[in-house]
Amino acid sequence: MSFQFTEEQIKRYSRHIILPEVGGVGQQKLLNAKVLVIGAGGLGSPSIYYLAAAGVGTIGIVDFDVVDFSNLQRQILHNTSRVGVPKVESAKMTVEALNPDVKVIAYNKKLDKSNVLDIIKDFDIVLDGSDNFPTRFLVNDACYMLGKPLVSAAILRFEGQLTVFDYRNKETSPCYRCLIPEPPPPGLVPSCQEAGLLGVVGGIMGTLQANEALKLILGIGEPLVGKLLVFDALKTEFRTVKFRKNPKCELCGENPTIKDLIEYEQACEVRF
Amino acid sequence: MAVTVRIPTALRRVTQGQGEVTVEASNIAQLIDALEKEFPGMKERLVDENGEIRKFVNFFVNDEDIRFLQGKDTPLKDGDVVAIIPAIAGGNK
Repeated sequence: MSFQFTEEQIKRYSRHIILPEVGGVGQQKLLNAKVLVIGAGGLGSPSIYYLAAAGVGTIGIVDFDVVDFSNLQRQILHNTSRVGVPKVESAKMTVEALNPDVKVIAYNKKLDKSNVLDIIKDFDIVLDGSDNFPTRFLVNDACYMLGKPLVSAAILRFEGQLTVFDYRNKETSPCYRCLIPEPPPPGLVPSCQEAGLLGVVGGIMGTLQANEALKLILGIGEPLVGKLLVFDALKTEFRTVKFRKNPKCELCGENPTIKDLIEYEQACEVRF
Repeated sequence: MAVTVRIPTALRRVTQGQGEVTVEASNIAQLIDALEKEFPGMKERLVDENGEIRKFVNFFVNDEDIRFLQGKDTPLKDGDVVAIIPAIAGGNK
């Protein structure tokens, strides 16, 4: 099989191409892949950066925020000179400087019922690195409806969580609602900036998200489906627990009641 | 039954920073009460006003989700490890 790689690409991706599990075929799959990342923040920064370095050919980035000084402790796509610049623009500049093979599609907007399906539909895989439950439920439901694999990570303080929902196999893959049937009521879970976060936890979990995405694109290894990986930065421990498809799940169960997208109210208070 | 409970970072304020505690309990409901006795304030974070486990808090016994065991009535034996894992949503901000 022959490839249309340039000399520069052969050099750039040589450490991939010599891996038998990747090779020229795998590298071409990466270049052809379209990955959407929700949030260009603590998780999105490392995941987008590594996907770009790996040569994922199209990366969509959704974020409606601008870069703030308080982001720079962990959001490594951005830098001091970008404070005040939309995050998607800053991310695009960093990615393009790293790898000109990558086409970045920037969505400087808030996801809602009216746009989420349209944004997701042209991508192969979605990575959720958002900072709130309403977005996570919206993205989950939209990915389920469209049959797109969703790599979901979340971080808080010294803890990270990661799992994969493979909605290409809806019959077997559990969904986000099998794990969390509905968003916590306001005030019960710290979900915003007041809770604090050791910056590197985002680096670790976002990088693991990129790893799952690359495996899905290449079709190698075992995706983290039906398993929740929990990282404890203070003990430096990774633990995996199992979960299953819930037959009573309102989205993917035997008698689903959720047929349309739902916009939940933002819950953003610290209680724990 | 002496059971090991893994406390998520979000709840360690209640356990004075302990990430792992040992309690005596023979099912999950008893375990929640035992935690409350030792660490007041724990129960309301884990169960709602009707006494049901909150939907965004997951319990795993030896890495299996109790939803697929017997829920609150899931029996516990000596040496079991129970992980409490609440949903978290942070990532961007």
